[in-house]
Amino acid sequence: MSGGVDSAVAAARAVEAGHDVVGVHLALSRMPGTLRTGSRGCCTIEDSNDAWRACDRLGIPFYVWDFSERFKADVVDDFVAEYAAGRTPNPCMRCNERIKFAALLEKALALGFDAVCTGHYAKVVRDAAGNPELHRAADWAKDQSYVLGVLTREQLEHCLFPLADTPSKAEVRAEAERRGLSVAKKPDSHDICFISDGDTRGWLADKIEMTPGDILDETGQKVGEHGGANAFTVGQRRGLRLGRPAPDGKPRFVLEVRPKDNTVVVGPEQLLAVDEIRGIRISWAGAPLAEAASGEEFACTAQVRAHGDALPARARVVHREGAQGHEGADDGELVVTLDEPLRGVAPGQTVVLYQGTRVLGQATIDSARSLARPSL
Amino acid sequence: MVSVYLDHAATTPVTPHALAAFTQQAAQGGNPSSLHAAGQRARRALEDARESLAATLGAHPSEVVFTSGGTEADNLAVKGLYWARRDTDQGRRRILCSSVEHHAVMDTVEWLERHEGAEAVWLPCDAAGITDVEAVRAELERDPESVALITVMWANNEVGTLQPVAEIAALAAEHGVPMHSDAVQAFGHVPVDFASSGLATMAVSGHKVGAPVGVGALVVRRDATVTPVQHGGGQQRGLRSGTLDAAGAAAFAAAAADAVGRLGEEAPRLAALRDRLVEGVLAAVPDARLSGPADPALRLPGIAHFTFPGCEGDSLLFLLDMMGVEASTGSACTAGVPRPSHVLLSMGLSETEARGAQRFSLGWSSGEDDVEGLVNVIGSAFRQARQAGMAGHESVIRTASTR
Repeated sequence: MSGGVDSAVAAARAVEAGHDVVGVHLALSRMPGTLRTGSRGCCTIEDSNDAWRACDRLGIPFYVWDFSERFKADVVDDFVAEYAAGRTPNPCMRCNERIKFAALLEKALALGFDAVCTGHYAKVVRDAAGNPELHRAADWAKDQSYVLGVLTREQLEHCLFPLADTPSKAEVRAEAERRGLSVAKKPDSHDICFISDGDTRGWLADKIEMTPGDILDETGQKVGEHGGANAFTVGQRRGLRLGRPAPDGKPRFVLEVRPKDNTVVVGPEQLLAVDEIRGIRISWAGAPLAEAASGEEFACTAQVRAHGDALPARARVVHREGAQGHEGADDGELVVTLDEPLRGVAPGQTVVLYQGTRVLGQATIDSARSLARPSL
Repeated sequence: MVSVYLDHAATTPVTPHALAAFTQQAAQGGNPSSLHAAGQRARRALEDARESLAATLGAHPSEVVFTSGGTEADNLAVKGLYWARRDTDQGRRRILCSSVEHHAVMDTVEWLERHEGAEAVWLPCDAAGITDVEAVRAELERDPESVALITVMWANNEVGTLQPVAEIAALAAEHGVPMHSDAVQAFGHVPVDFASSGLATMAVSGHKVGAPVGVGALVVRRDATVTPVQHGGGQQRGLRSGTLDAAGAAAFAAAAADAVGRLGEEAPRLAALRDRLVEGVLAAVPDARLSGPADPALRLPGIAHFTFPGCEGDSLLFLLDMMGVEASTGSACTAGVPRPSHVLLSMGLSETEARGAQRFSLGWSSGEDDVEGLVNVIGSAFRQARQAGMAGHESVIRTASTR
């Protein structure tokens, strides 16, 4: 329970459904702030107290569990390492994968609980054989199945998402109000919780050695200088501070970050468009499709951002000789071909595959290119 | 479900006698500083309480300064002694402080370092948590003129180790250095006599002996100079301004009189219960390690503290709580995040060992049933907690990025 309205209402519904519920707030920072400021940051003492008060109201016990070490190692350090390697990670996804539905789940199972129940907007359903499947929430505007797309079958077996069928967030707030939960009007949180002022670049500057280097255009011409390539993300437009405008007068975007020679490549928007995405570290949200094992191509939709659209695509898994993952994870390469090109796909982001409302699985984007255009 | 309360060191239930004293005076009302009849009645109750409490403390009534509790008393003593000493001699800035102090003292010393130019000298302790007297001697002899004060608690709140307060106070006296002791856990549980202690100041708290939370006292020797922290109406020798709490004082005095009056029977009774608890826990969990001195006479009679290898203290606490046994990890979690105890780390335990800490503390309302209640469930709680193990450190659930 973050101290927000969604987890409070999820807990209330779980209690009402007859489960034996205990509220747990995750301490993810060794140095939590005292008071919450605006919609940024989390895990302050105030948030913890808000969660506690919700539990008081529901008549359930409340505990703070310390996962600060695991969070630092698995989420924060990973975030820094990914940026240092020129990729754009999704720390919320990583937290779901490694903390909420791994470290927390594992401790809970050992302590005798059956499931982790959260306020995520997503749905777990069972197929005819009883296998869990992950689906989008009823409210597509709030749907969070993308950031849960990384969960494996073993993890999905122990998930409860009581907000799955809620028609809207407004409904959740109204319900919180009706139930007398003090967090009914608390603002939603945004951005990355461990970067409290929202300034990712400033935060990274303290952790990654930033060396000034060149900004090149798509032809390899130097068009400017940057303070450190690692702070840039593919698709980024702001903060390039290019001295000379492009010949066509149109804005330029980051096309590629090259940490090896510390350069950033920029170019016109149309060069951002890609239609082939290659992903690694594949996982399947439940039972994998038969095609995944056979390597045959299958139709699906692909989503590369939490709030992006899922686009029609075809996907196939290229299995590597001798490579083998554990159950639920796959050591092959996922090749996703989009029907229509998409702009701003950064290595490190996650591509989540859907069929209808069902989440098939995901992979971490390793590279993306335009099939019609030679590589830069 | 049976409820077994084994957290008396956190707070012990209010005794019927203390509750009656409290409600009687609260109902009577009156501000002890008012000059009319109602005020004088309240003042009489307050001064009766002061005299009674002073007698149980081995102090003169004018040496008893009522506070809101132990933390306020510690703040007043440590800051007050430091400021008074520094202001008469700018060179006296060193504070010799045991490394197993309660946060009320430790954090106050750290605050004085950050804001008032103090220099903390953390006194080492042995594996049992006993402060090293020779280290005090060495620090004093190194440069006695630079020492502002010494502060060493009477008994440790986590593991229950009794400290060599008399020996250190004698050293302090040799060098004319004032010494403070936090006796919050000791008072009412082991004999505490202020007059013969050699201390300049001593902190005690009502709710550890059966009074309600919200009242405590600092005992200030008549010749000790303490600069006040809190300013206002000049009550209590100007040392602690603020409207006097006659009801709290009456309750404290009543609880203290009972605790000290019955100490002769109660301390051996609790020590026997504690020994049975220790025996039972070690029989159920042979891997458990009892903390503190091997000699039970060097520990508080009511505290048994263990480390359980492979367990997280908070998992064990949770499981015991679910089974109806209320215990404590022993360390403060002020920031909402349980941290390994500084006391255990000072005693030489590793962070991993310190994480498995659990404190069981007995009090006036404890009986054999409580010990039995714990002993019956500790084995299964331990096994399950160890299974939950170090989930905070490494995972066995394989996920997308586990290869």
